[in-house]
Amino acid sequence: MSTARRPSGRSRQWTSDRLLVWTLRGCGVLTGAVVALIAVFLVVESFGALSGVGLLRFFSDPSWHPSAGAAEGTFNLVPMLLGTLLTAAGAVLVATPLGLFSALFCRVYAPTAVARPYRRLIELLAGIPSVVYGFWGLVVLVPLIARFRPPGASLLAGVLILALMILPTIALAADAALSGVPRRYLRGAAALGLGRWATLSGVALPAARSGIATGVILAAGRALGETMAVLMVCGNVVEMPASVFDPVRTLTANIALEMAYAVGDHRSALFVSGLFLLVLVSGLVLAAESIERRKVVG
Amino acid sequence: MVDHEMWGSTPARGRTDRLVAAVVWLAATVVTAVFLWILADLLRHGAGQISWTFLTAAPASAGRAGGIGPILVSTAWILAVCLAVALPLGLGTAVLLAELTSAEDAFGRLVRRSLDVLAGVPSIVFGLFGNALFCVYLGLGFSILSGGLTLACMVLPILIRSAEEGLRAVPDEYRLGGAALGLSRGKILLHLLLPAAVPGLIVGVVLGFGRAIAETAALIFTSGYVDRMPGSVHDSGRALSIHIYDLGVNIPGGETNAYATALVLVAILLLTNTAASLLGDRLRGRHAES
Amino acid sequence: MKNAHPLVQTEALGLHYGRKPAFLDVSLAVPRGAITAVIGPSGCGKSSFLACINRLSDLLPRCRVEGSVRIGETEVFDPGTDVVALRRRVGMIFQKPNPFPLSIRRNLELPLKEHGMRGRAERDAVIERTLTDVGLWQEVHDRLDASALGLSGGQQQRLCLARALALEPEVVLLDEPCSALDPISSGVVEDLIVSLRGRYTVVVVTHNLAQARRIADRVAFFWVQDGAGRLIEEGEADQVFGDPRDELTAAYVGGARG
Repeated sequence: MSTARRPSGRSRQWTSDRLLVWTLRGCGVLTGAVVALIAVFLVVESFGALSGVGLLRFFSDPSWHPSAGAAEGTFNLVPMLLGTLLTAAGAVLVATPLGLFSALFCRVYAPTAVARPYRRLIELLAGIPSVVYGFWGLVVLVPLIARFRPPGASLLAGVLILALMILPTIALAADAALSGVPRRYLRGAAALGLGRWATLSGVALPAARSGIATGVILAAGRALGETMAVLMVCGNVVEMPASVFDPVRTLTANIALEMAYAVGDHRSALFVSGLFLLVLVSGLVLAAESIERRKVVG
Repeated sequence: MVDHEMWGSTPARGRTDRLVAAVVWLAATVVTAVFLWILADLLRHGAGQISWTFLTAAPASAGRAGGIGPILVSTAWILAVCLAVALPLGLGTAVLLAELTSAEDAFGRLVRRSLDVLAGVPSIVFGLFGNALFCVYLGLGFSILSGGLTLACMVLPILIRSAEEGLRAVPDEYRLGGAALGLSRGKILLHLLLPAAVPGLIVGVVLGFGRAIAETAALIFTSGYVDRMPGSVHDSGRALSIHIYDLGVNIPGGETNAYATALVLVAILLLTNTAASLLGDRLRGRHAES
Repeated sequence: MKNAHPLVQTEALGLHYGRKPAFLDVSLAVPRGAITAVIGPSGCGKSSFLACINRLSDLLPRCRVEGSVRIGETEVFDPGTDVVALRRRVGMIFQKPNPFPLSIRRNLELPLKEHGMRGRAERDAVIERTLTDVGLWQEVHDRLDASALGLSGGQQQRLCLARALALEPEVVLLDEPCSALDPISSGVVEDLIVSLRGRYTVVVVTHNLAQARRIADRVAFFWVQDGAGRLIEEGEADQVFGDPRDELTAAYVGGARG
């Protein structure tokens, strides 16, 4: 036996392993730090407006004219906040039934030869860039709406385009959740002589509930944070909309429109709206995650 | 995939069942129709425009005429910067999460949680952050470098998730067998785990690439608008998506070239997505066999 | 054979998965150059016990080890112990053959290179010798660069044995090496294990009593008591099978229990 070749102390590999582990930990620290870094930069850049203007004035000022600075300008973000919430809520309302039906179509109603390509189609819809949706909305949907009710660029256009964009998220999540329903439940329902809809509404959908809810929440997060599509089809007027045919401006569109020339307190105010968005969306993501976790435990 | 044997035993009968079936079919038809509408629209208005000249020439008359040559080059540079930074970082983190941290490890949980949040961060917020950190704080200005680095932050969660899945699909026997032979963790990783995880890694790269090339909002104030051929990564460069936005919104008469550019972008995405899903199927297929 | 020169010695060894003990309080001396069989019903901690000897327990999730293992002068669980060097001294064969998804040659080359054998000629010589030792050279010498996954189950297991022996270990651990194989391959592998006697210190876990009777010099019998595996009896194979001291052992080897 070759005792001589055996290393006496710690081997070469042992040292290189240490190095590897620490390098990988470094990668982990860096990627983990990105979110923290984003939060830190948003807070730091927001600081000017938060201290100069104060949080309250973002809700109580008479209008949005921030370029004159903290003293003379006005900083009311409420119409934009409302624009964001309304477009996102509308999109979720439209996309949830469509997405759910799409999932049911794939998993239950369509024959295999149709279900497969339909699922591919949903995946492809998910891959189309938001700027393409926005452009299509701008040149096709907006003129279409304008024929019934000018100007066309409106809350409605935003809701429809956003709904199309988040539909795949809901459909794919619901599809995955339905596929996870234990077969014994379905066999039990069949043994009781339940019809197809009775089985779905009474057994399968309740069992898939948390997966579907997670999908809807994540889709809502996407809708809240979407910029390009709403920027291109919503008209971007800073006003409270009186109907779905009125134009709106979302927080995201506001940032995209004004960031190019904003300086000082104005720029800082845009970071404040970014901070709002980050908090809103992170809250939704963590909520979705806690639903997911409860499912694992229960 | 489709569980027909599972549903075969639940008969569709009665008025409610027929009604629901009709609604489901209707919904699927509407979704399909809209998708085909978008696709047909892009093809009808854009396909005639696309030629070798369009792909290589410089834009003229603010983009109304000419081609997208410099824009393709800028896009490629931005993506190259993005992947060059995100790939090693993402792979390292994926290995860390899949191989070196257990489910109850606090550090691993923290990294995972922050990646989940990162995946949900709106792209315009990435734009704000990229502008503040890369353009202003680090002094990189409006440049391909700033845009690529911003996108790198954005695609990290996608890359890491796919790579981690690929690594987790590798059977434990390789790890135990390697360790029992006295191979170091590094060698086990390099010779056994990473080769076996390659399909997952490729899927991750393709998905990350797709997300990055589709992105617009994060690039507006990081890589900028300049539509000239970039000389280096320190120049500003206009990405395909920004070109579509600018032509559609700011340039009257820019629609035709916007259509053509959108078609190019969608074609690239369809190709990469199809490749990713084929690879993903192969990966899962192999997993199921073993 | 007298147990005068133990090479592997465990002292009050125990292993827990989370809060659940797998086995407790095992003190066992494994003599140099002999074949020691660890027998007992499934779930009595035999395999976990084996994993402690080369510290493969490090890789098991949520696992905690107490007590000590000594191999020669080396304290296995000492924090300063070089695990990589330890695992080189202790080869291991698993229940399910686990060749890497590489060529037959690469399977053998990889660990040799890792342990510092740089010369190609030297490696080739070792590969030929060990493959001959396990009776595989005739069968595969003309397709060393084909994938190891193309071999039959028995051939794969022999390749794994060759891979372990190529590192010239002192101790060879075998975890139910034949139970995933057909009867003929099983016989071939069993003969190989017997041929290791004298040259290597062998610990083989098996639930096949007939096999243990055929190949073992010494036998250690594990049984589950109070929710954890325990060492009930150990000794010369003839004594444990022929004249067991413990009535549990008697019942088990007599076929009445387990």
